[in-house]
Amino acid sequence: MSSEPLTIALVGNPNTGKSTIFNALTGLRQKIANYPGITVERKAGTTIIGGVLHKIIDLPGAYSLNYKKLDERIAYETLIGSYEHEEVPDLVLVIADASNLDRNLYLATQVMDLNMPVVLVLNMMDIAEQNGITINAEKISKALGIPVVPISAKNKEGIETLKKAIQDLDLTKPDPLKWVPSKALNKAIETVLDEWIEPYTQVPERARYIEALRLISEGEFNDPFYKFEQPGVGKKAIAKARKNIEDEGANPVALEVLQRYNFISDCTSGASSQNGQQKRTLTDKIDAVVTHKVAGPAIFALILLFMFQAIFSWATPFMDMIDLFFVEGGNWIANTLPPGMLNDLLVEGVIAGLGGVVIFIPQILFLFFFIYILEGTGYMARAAFVMDGFMTKVGLHGRSVVPLMSGFACAIPGIMAARTIENWRDRIITIMVLPFMACSARLPVYALLIAAFIPATTVLGVFTLQGITFFGLYIFGIVMAVAAAAVMKKIFPTGQQTPFIMELPSYKIPTWAVVFQNTAERGKVFVTEAGKIIVAISIVLWFLASFPKAGTEQYEAEASSTETIESFQLRHSFAGKFGKLIEPAIEPIGFDWKIGISLLTSFAAREVMVGTLNTIYSIGEEDGDHVTLKEKLINDINPETGKPVYSIATAISLMIFFALAMQCMSTIAIVKRETNSWKWPVAMFSYMTALAYICSFIAFQLISSW
Amino acid sequence: MGIFLSDIQPPEKVTVINIHGTDTTRLLEMGITPGLEIEIIRKAPLGFPMEIKVRGYLLSLRESEAKCIEVAS
Ligand SMILES: Nc1nc2c(ncn2[C@@H]2O[C@H](COP(=O)(O)OP(=O)(O)OP(=O)(O)O)[C@@H](O)[C@H]2O)c(=O)[nH]1
Repeated sequence: MSSEPLTIALVGNPNTGKSTIFNALTGLRQKIANYPGITVERKAGTTIIGGVLHKIIDLPGAYSLNYKKLDERIAYETLIGSYEHEEVPDLVLVIADASNLDRNLYLATQVMDLNMPVVLVLNMMDIAEQNGITINAEKISKALGIPVVPISAKNKEGIETLKKAIQDLDLTKPDPLKWVPSKALNKAIETVLDEWIEPYTQVPERARYIEALRLISEGEFNDPFYKFEQPGVGKKAIAKARKNIEDEGANPVALEVLQRYNFISDCTSGASSQNGQQKRTLTDKIDAVVTHKVAGPAIFALILLFMFQAIFSWATPFMDMIDLFFVEGGNWIANTLPPGMLNDLLVEGVIAGLGGVVIFIPQILFLFFFIYILEGTGYMARAAFVMDGFMTKVGLHGRSVVPLMSGFACAIPGIMAARTIENWRDRIITIMVLPFMACSARLPVYALLIAAFIPATTVLGVFTLQGITFFGLYIFGIVMAVAAAAVMKKIFPTGQQTPFIMELPSYKIPTWAVVFQNTAERGKVFVTEAGKIIVAISIVLWFLASFPKAGTEQYEAEASSTETIESFQLRHSFAGKFGKLIEPAIEPIGFDWKIGISLLTSFAAREVMVGTLNTIYSIGEEDGDHVTLKEKLINDINPETGKPVYSIATAISLMIFFALAMQCMSTIAIVKRETNSWKWPVAMFSYMTALAYICSFIAFQLISSW
Repeated sequence: MGIFLSDIQPPEKVTVINIHGTDTTRLLEMGITPGLEIEIIRKAPLGFPMEIKVRGYLLSLRESEAKCIEVAS
C-alpha cells in the first residue's frame, strides 16, 4: 500500500521499549541531537520496508498528551503537526507495554482521537506471558478499529510482522472505533468547540477535539501555546461546559479520564486475561529486598561503590594511555615540524585541547555503561525510591544521587548523568551544585598545597593533620553543594512542576545492543558538542600564555640568572599581565600574581595549576617533581615585604578557592551542552567564583589576623 | 474529612474515593481513578515515598501526592 516514503513517529509511555523498537527498525541508521533551544533529545533514523525508505522519529516518552512536561509537549506538538522543529508524521506507532495494558492504552486512546493513521504495537509480549497474561491482539484490534501487532522487541520477535503491518496500512482512511463520551461530556465538548475553539483559535484541525477535552478538565488556559485573541470568550465557554457537567452530578476534572478507562476496560476485558490468582511476580520478590528499609540503602551503596571503583580505577589505565598518546604525539609533531608559531599552536593549543577532550571519554563510557544497565533493568527507579526521602530533605531528588556521586570522579560525566532526572528543576539544581563535589582533578592541587603547608602533626593518635585537611576539603564540597541546593530550591520558581509520580517498571534484562549504542552515543555527543568548546577555549588559553612573545634577547638582558626562558615568557605574556592586573583584586584573599596566572591557566583543567607553578618557578623538566616545587613554594619570599609569599593562610585560602571556584572549562562546555543554553554555564561560573572569593576572603582574613 | 493514602500503613488494600488538590489530572491519568482498588506495598526508608500497585503496575508517590488521594479501606 504505502509505496510513498513516510514519516513514522513512535510514541509510548516511558520504558515501554521504544528505544529497543527504534533500534530494531533503524539499526545503525540513526541520529541523536537536541531539539533547538531545549534539552529534549531528538532521535531520528530511517528504515527500509518493502524497498521504501521511511523516516522514523522516536518521540520522547509520554504518559499522556495532556502534557505536563516539556518532553510530553514535544511529543504532542509533533503529533498534531505544530512543532516547528519536527516533521509532521504520516503514521503513528503507539508502543504499549503488554504487561501493563490499561495504563498504556490510555495514551493510545488519546492518539486515536487525533484522527491520524495509528498502529498499536503491543511490546513485551514475553513478559506478559511470564506474568500469566494472555492477550488476544485480534480482539483488541477489532475493539479499537486499528491494526494491533504483538511483538517482543528485545527478542526481535514480531518486527517483521510490524513492518508488514506498516506496509499494508491503508493511510487514506484512519477510522478507529473511538471511545464515546457520555452525553453530558459530549455536550460540553460541543460547547467548547462551537463557542470557542473553532471560531476563535488557530488550533489545528486534528487537535481540536483533544484540546476541547483538555480545557474542560483543566478549566483554564494552562500554558497556552496557541495565540488566543479573546481569552474572555474562551473562559466563558469553558465555564459553561463545566457547569453542564457539574449539573449532571459529575466532576469535570475526572470525567474524561474515567470514561477513557471505562472504554479501555471494555476493550480489554474480553481480550486480555490473567490466568488464576495474580501471582507474586519476580519483580515483587526482588523489590522486597532491594527497596527494603535497611537492605535497600545498603545494596544501593554497594552498587555505587562498585561503579565508582570502575570510574576511578578501571578508567585510569585508559586515561593514562590517552594522556601518553597525546603527549608523545605532541612531542613527535613538535620535533617533526619546523619550529615556529604553527608548531606551537598545533602542539600546545590544538593537540593539548584535543587531548583534554579525549581524556574524559573512558570515565564517561564507564559511567554511562553502568547507568544504562541500571536504567534498562529498572533498578534506577528503585534507587531513586530508596534515596528520595533523604534527598528531598536537602532539596534534591532521589535520582540526584548517582550524578552527584559521579562528581567525585569528575563533574563532566556527573553532569551528563543528570539527564536521568526527569524533573527539569531538580535536574538543573543538581547540575548547578555538582561541581562542588571534590573531583579528582583537584587532587594534585590539594596534594601539593597540603604537603607544602599543612604540618604532618599526628592528631588523636592515628590521624594526621594533613589527612584531616584532605577529608575536610571533601566534606566542605558536599556541605556547600547541599547548602547551594537548598538556596536554589528557594529561588527557582516551581514553574510547571509535575508531581513526583514515578513508575517503578518491572525488572528486565537490558537489551545489550541498546546499552552499548546509548553508551557510545554519550561519548560521541560529548566529543562533538562539548569538545568544540573545549578545543576553542584551550586555543585561547594557549594564545594568552604565549603572546606577546618575549624575545631571546630580552630574556638574556632582563631575566635573572636562575629564571628559565619558559618562566620569563609566561611572565611577559597576556596571562602574566593578567596575573599582575588582577593582583590587587586577589591580594585580599592572599594570592599574588603568580597564583593569578595559574588561576587563568588552570581554567583548562584544575590540575594544570601545578604545571603552571612549575613553569613560573622555573623548574626544569628534569627536576620537575612535587618535592622541588613544594620547596620553592615554601621558600618564596616577597621582595617587598621580605615575608614568605605563601603563609598557611594563603594555602588554606587557595584550597578553599579551588574547592569552590568554577575552574574548569570542560564543565562549562558540558553544562552548555546539557542545558542547551549559555545562561546556565554563565550563572554557574559567576556564582561559584563569587562564592569562592567570599569564602577565601573570610578564611584568609581570619587566619592571617589570628 | 476521610482518610488519605498517606495515612495508610503497608501492606494494605484500599479503594480510591476521590482525588483532591490542584493538580489531580496526572494522578487520574496514571489510572488512580475513583472506585479503583489499590494496594499499598511499602514505604521508603524515611517513610516516604510510598510504593503502590495500581492496575497491575508499580508506582512511587511522595507524601504530597499521597495526601491528595482519599481512600476507604
Ligand atoms: N523482556 C523484554 N524486555 C524488553 C522488550 N522490549 C524492551 N525491553 C526492555 O525494556 C527496557 C526498556 O526498554 P527501552 O527500549 O529502553 O525503553 P524506552 O521506552 O525507550 O524507555 P525510555 O527511553 O525510558 O522511554 C530495556 O531493559 C529493554 O531491554 C521486550 O519485548 N521484552
